[in-house]
This record gives sequence, C-alpha cells and structure tokens, in this order.
Amino acid sequence: MNEQKLSADARQAGPGAAGPPGGEHKDTARRVGIPSGTAGRNLGLIVALVALAVVGCVTAGSRFASLDNLMVILSLASVIGVVSIGMTFVITGGGIDLSVGSVLGLASVWATTLATQTMADQYGWVVMAVCALAVGLGAGLVNGVLVAYGRVVAFIATLATMVAARGLAELIANRRTQIVDVDSFTDTFRGDLLGVPKIVWIFVAVAVAGWFLLNRTTFGRRTVAVGGNPEAARLAGIKVRRHTMYLYALAGLAAGIAGVMMLARTTAGSSTNGTLYELDAIAAVVVGGTLLAGGRGTIVGTVLGVLIFATLTNLFIQNNLDSSVQAVAKGAIIIVAVLLQQRLTARSTTG
Amino acid sequence: MVSADPQPFLTMQGIVKVFPGARALDGVDLEIVPGEVHCLLGQNGAGKSTLIKVLAGAHQPTEGRILLDGEPITIADPVAALRHGVATMYQELDVVDGLTVAENVFLGHELATLGFSQRREAVRRTRELLRRLGHPEVSPRQEVGALSAAGKQIVSMARALSHDARVIVMDEPSAVLDSEEVANLFRVVRELTSAGVAVVYISHRLEEIREIGNRITVLKDGRTVAHNLPVSGTPTTELIRLMTGRSVEYAFPPSSGPGPEAPVVLDVQGLSLRGVFRDVGLEVRAGEIVGLAGLVGSGRSEILETVYGARRPSAGVVRVDGRRLRPGSVAAAVGVGIGLAPEERKSQGLLLDEPVYRNVTLSTFARFARGGLLDERAERAAAQEQAISLHLRPPGVDRPIRTLSGGNQQKAMLARWLVHGCRVLLLDEPTRGVDVGARAEIYALVRRLADAGAAVVVVSSEIPEVLGLADRVLVVSEGRVVHEGPAESIDEHQVLDMVMEGSVA
Ligand SMILES: Nc1ncnc2c1ncn2[C@@H]1O[C@H](COP(=O)(O)OP(=O)(O)OP(=O)(O)O)[C@@H](O)[C@H]1O
Ligand SMILES: [Mg+2]
Repeated sequence: MNEQKLSADARQAGPGAAGPPGGEHKDTARRVGIPSGTAGRNLGLIVALVALAVVGCVTAGSRFASLDNLMVILSLASVIGVVSIGMTFVITGGGIDLSVGSVLGLASVWATTLATQTMADQYGWVVMAVCALAVGLGAGLVNGVLVAYGRVVAFIATLATMVAARGLAELIANRRTQIVDVDSFTDTFRGDLLGVPKIVWIFVAVAVAGWFLLNRTTFGRRTVAVGGNPEAARLAGIKVRRHTMYLYALAGLAAGIAGVMMLARTTAGSSTNGTLYELDAIAAVVVGGTLLAGGRGTIVGTVLGVLIFATLTNLFIQNNLDSSVQAVAKGAIIIVAVLLQQRLTARSTTG
Repeated sequence: MVSADPQPFLTMQGIVKVFPGARALDGVDLEIVPGEVHCLLGQNGAGKSTLIKVLAGAHQPTEGRILLDGEPITIADPVAALRHGVATMYQELDVVDGLTVAENVFLGHELATLGFSQRREAVRRTRELLRRLGHPEVSPRQEVGALSAAGKQIVSMARALSHDARVIVMDEPSAVLDSEEVANLFRVVRELTSAGVAVVYISHRLEEIREIGNRITVLKDGRTVAHNLPVSGTPTTELIRLMTGRSVEYAFPPSSGPGPEAPVVLDVQGLSLRGVFRDVGLEVRAGEIVGLAGLVGSGRSEILETVYGARRPSAGVVRVDGRRLRPGSVAAAVGVGIGLAPEERKSQGLLLDEPVYRNVTLSTFARFARGGLLDERAERAAAQEQAISLHLRPPGVDRPIRTLSGGNQQKAMLARWLVHGCRVLLLDEPTRGVDVGARAEIYALVRRLADAGAAVVVVSSEIPEVLGLADRVLVVSEGRVVHEGPAESIDEHQVLDMVMEGSVA
C-alpha cells in the first residue's frame, strides 16, 4: 500500500506526467525546491554559532556567558550588521560595494563638524542624523550612477569612492577626532531600551526592513532578477540600470545609518571610523549564503554571518588571544563557508 | 551504410536516473551499431537529454549498465566518455563566450607540447574542421561571444568532431539552424557514418528523421516504448502515437485573418540598425500574424529586438496603436503591451535558479503586487493556469526552472507573455525544441491570441512553420525585406530562392 503510494507520487513528479497537477506534486516540488536549501544553509550557520557559543562558555565561563557580554556582542554586531544588510542587496543584484566603510567614516565626520553640531544644538539631533544619512545616500548615488550609467566596473567605481571618501573625511576632520557634544543626540541614541542597547534595536529594525524589502516587495524581486540574469531582466521590461543605481544608493544609505550608530557607540566622529568594514561586510554576506555572483540573497544568512564574526571576535577578546590569530580564524571560516556553499549549490544544480 | 547484420558496439541497459523529486529515466535501453544514425524521439521531458547526459558522463545513472564492445564500463565523467569514444553536442549550447573559436574547439583537450599550447596548430585544425562543416568564413581566432546562436552551434559541432569519436551524440542540433545549415549538418553526418562513426540524433522535426535516420528509439515518460524501429517502414503517424500516446493533429490552425476593418496595431517605418538591417517597414493589424522568413543572420532577430526597444535603431519609428514609442526603451515597449519571447531562452530569457512561476511572472509581478508588496499567491495561480493550458510537464510551478526540459522551458517563456496579455507579440523561434504535440498547441494558441485581437510577428527558421502559421510573410535577406505578400501565395521553394538570391546579390 505504502509502496504503491510512493510510486504514484514518483510518477506524478516524473517526466511527462499528464493530467492536472495534484497537491501531491506540489509537495514534491516544495521538498526539493529552493526553500529547503535556504533553510538548510541557515541551520548550518546556527549550528556554527551555537558551537562558537559553547566554546566561549567552556573557555571563558561566566565572562562569556553573561547577559552583559551578550549585549556587548550584539552592539559589536550592530554597526557592521547594518552595513552588511545594504551590502546584501548590492551583491544579490550582481554588484559589489567597496566604499561602504569609508562612506561610514565620512558620514560620521560630516555629521560632527562644528557647523553641523552648532545647528544640531539649535534644531536637535535630527540635523546630525539627516546629515549622516544624506552623506551616505549621496555617496551611494555617485556609485550607482558610475556603475549603472557610466558603466564603470563596480569594483573599480566603488574602489575609487572608497579612497576618495576616506580622503574627504580626513580633509574635513583635519585628522582630528570630533567629539559629539549634542546632548539630544546622545540622549536619543545612547543607552538601553528595554534592557537592550538602542543601536541593537536599530540593527533589528534595519534587518527586519531589509528582509521584508528583499523577500516581499517588487524591489526585492527586481534585485534578484537583475543579479540573476540582467539581460533576461531587461528583456522582461525591468529597468535594470535604474534599479542598479538604487541598489548602490541603498548600500550608501545603510552606511549612513551605520555612521549614526557609530557616533552613538563611540561618541566621536573620526575619519578612521569604519576602516575595513567593507571587507567584514562582504565576508558576512558571503558566509551567510548570498551568492557573490548575484541572483540569490538572504538577509537571515547575513545576520547570522555577522553574529558569527562578532561572537568570534568577542571570544578571542575574552580569552585574551592575539588579534592576529583571530584574523587567521576569520579567514579560515570564510574559506570553509564558501567551500560548503559550493558543495551545496553543486548538488542542487546537477541533482 | 549499415551492414547486413550489424552488431551493436554500444549498449545501454535498464538505465534509471532519479533526480530529487523526479524519476527522469525509468529503465531505458539503447543499442547503437557502427555507422548508423540512431534517432532518439520523445516528447519534451521524455528523458532524451538525460539519457545522453548519462552516456556523456555528465550524469551518473541510478541503475543500469552500459556495455562497450560487450564489456561493462562506467562513465564517471565527461573525460571518461571521450576516452571511450563518445563525443556529445549538448542541447544547451556549452561554449565559452570569452574564448576564441579555436580555444573553444580544443577546450579540455588543448594541443600542447611540454605544456606549451600549440595555438597555431589548434587554429589550423579548427580552420579545417570549420571548412568541413561548410563554414570557412568563421575565423578560428574570433571570440565566440560575438557569434549568433547558429554560429555557436557550429563551434559546438566542430568541438565534437575534433575528438576521435566512435559515436557522436547530437541533442537537437538543428533547433538553432536554418534549412541551409541543416543541409550542411546532414552532409557532415553522412561523411561520419560512411567512415563508420555512429551518430545519435535527437530532434523534434520528424521530417529530418526521415531524411537522415536509420533506426529509431522512442522514449516516453522515461521508458523505452519502441526499440530500433527502421525509419523506412514506420509511418509518421505511428511515431507520433508512440511518442504521445495519442494521435495529434499535425496541422496549422485555420486562419481567420484580420477583418478588413481591423486597425493597424503595430506600425514600423524605415527602421534601420546600422550594419544589420535597413529601411524595414512593417504593419501588423489586430488579429494578424506576420511571419519573417530568412536565413539565420539575415537580421530577423535583430528586427524584432529593435522593434522591442532592446536595440537602439539608427533610424525609423515604431508606433503601437498610433502612439510613437521611445526608441531603445524596452520598458516603454512593455508598457504599451509589446512582448518578446527571445531566441536564446537561457541567456536572454530565464532566471535558471528561480522557480518556474517567478520566471513566468518576470514581466508582470509588479502588476500583481499592491503598493510594491508582492502577491505570490496570485502569481502562482496565474502561472499555474498557463502551465496547465500549455501542458507544461511537470506541471508544478514551484521547482527551479533549471530542472525543466528544454521544450518545457520554452513553454514557460511563452507563458510569461500569456500572463502579460499583449497587444503585440514578437515571437523569435517560438517552437524551438518544442515537441510535436506541444507545437500544435502553441500554433493553436498563437492563433487564438491573434483572434482575440493581438498583432503577432513570428520569426522562424522553419519556412513551413512561417508559411503555415502566418497570414502574411515578409522575406528578409541580408538585412532587407525582399518580398512581402500573403502566405498562401508563396511556397517554400520560392522563399528559399528569394533568400538565396538575396544573399548572393
Ligand atoms: N537536474 C534535474 N533535477 C530534477 N529534474 C530534472 C533535472 N534534469 C531533468 N529533470 C527532469 O527529467 C525529465 C527529463 O528531462 P530531459 O531534459 O531529459 O527531457 P528531454 O526529453 O530532453 O526533453 P526536451 O525535448 O524538452 O529537451 C524532465 O521531467 C525534467 O524536468
Ligand atoms: Mg532535451
């Protein structure tokens, strides 16, 4: 009886199955389809995260396994996390953005100049926040226009922005650290809400919004299409260039938001803020399971990737280990994750 | 060609191939004798490509044996297949765009002494192969990305010939070729078979099987339903019945044509694309199907793409319902209801890793959405409806489109524009790789769309298809329209003559 059912199922899903599609068939497709793959990958990341946590508990005991330390890890993850959410969109859309770290730095500097802070004293913290976001968005738009309309290779265009934005930040700050002394800003962004640091809440909000945008909106669908096969997307009537520009603008905006968070965390605008964040973000995105070639992206994966790296960093600090060793470990994780990813994709495509 | 009592040298027995969620092959047998053209027939999704991929070492069989000269062998990978003398031309072109023709031909078996690649020798041998294939004009040093689909097919053929093969497997090689090219292909096939090489030939065009084939094996739903049928002596109706399990009306739907009052929907004037075609005029009324006939490379596909806005014309205007379109803008064209089913579905049409339904709704998902929020349930339902009416197999719309057979991917492409609902439908090779039964369905469907008021333009390399389906025919040669008239008033030979003359002049 059971066997009969099985073979009927196989025939349904098999080639040339005529007749109307049964519910049975849909089940089969679900079982082999994309969702299970993504879920599987995320499960792997969660296992890795749990493993790191166990190692932390064993080696550092209560120093690691405390609520305070958890908040430290989450705060650490928040700034880079927001940058990574933006990066997820660019990479899913088939691009890359090397400028996000510098743009974060520039935003943090611009939002803390004497002029901005004086205005903020008068009109409130909004001035600083809007300034940082506008700088991020503006830099992102420059990238987007260069890549989408100027047809400069993304790697080069954003590399140029990365160098230029860092330089501009140095010019503006005159290589000095600019302390935030607008009380309304620190009151708004520092401290906890319901026992959790406010910047963590911002990360949560950005991640949820990013997930929604990528998975539930036409914007997200276009992103996947543009990254998966730009020619097919174009011939289907999608405005590929305009969308590509939006993606870079979005990554810039995320870097601007991260700039505000950075100011909240360190209370200082500095041209060195966000150095090398672009690489950390790319690593988190790729480890999370987004295809570097574009066409497939996962926000949940990115969040897990960011948490893994943040936990790893914390683990090393708690154990007083050398940060060079930590760099080696990070490198190893990236390689292992990408190798695993290739295995998984190879299996799902060749069957 | 086939000797009196030939012994098979290559035998596949009881081959089973299970993919996650699909039993693609369910006990298939195949026997190949030296010097024969063995045709593999079957509907879309019957398992033909899967079977030859097993033979080529690209897939591992779940069960079954392969015997070569009576000895069981395992074909672990494509290199092993070549070592055993099996060379394969895949259905989906597998050339590397960034490499030159010669580099592609010798990809994987580069000529080298002591690690130094012998480029000049590779170029020389490639030139020889291209000459043998009737294409001395293709340069071995040319980049493959710049070639048309037919050109790529020729490169793929040259690659298969570059191996010292005992059997060459050709999976729908003629799908991208026009009649002249097919004649070339057949000449090469005959050369091969008279030298004792066996050819496994897959095609949905039964008249080709008649012309070139010796024996036929028919697959249906992953099983062999007939072995080693002699080509002469098996009527076409019998083949169709074996393949489909029913008898299919292999005919074109009757043309009602546009009424005398029917308004002109698509109006193209003086359209030119520098170096490709010039001064093309085209008027298509509501309810009319216009066919573009011509050789591959005559500019037919480019005309469609330019009308669609995918290429920016150097001169000319396109109007839909009297409104002039912004040149070079696909979005504008789609906005007024033009749809294009492109020639190369894999590179121009599909998101291979995405599920079928998202491919079907690629140009309409925004319309289903409310305020930017996707309505995937509605998308699925719309795609499912088309999947059923087009007899997509398997009919589920949630699987990645990569796992569909070639012909079924083509149906999904058509489904995209059916969901869209078009004023103007531009079809570039709409039945490429589509089986007999589905072809008839597609013809009927296109006619139904026209009857519902759409203006349709069809490009096809199969002249009978153009003549049978269209109300009016434009013959294109060397980028110029050399003839325009009702489809009934012209026959295949006349079209061929015009096409050739034009290309000689
Ligand atoms: N990688 C895969 N994963 C799952 N199912 C697959 C995969 N490849 C092929 N199939 C299924 O196997 C069946 C046979 O496919 P195949 O490509 O061999 O058909 P075909 O006879 O070559 O058809 P066509 O004439 O359309 O090219 C189809 O139902 C197809 O959906
Ligand atoms: Mg096939």
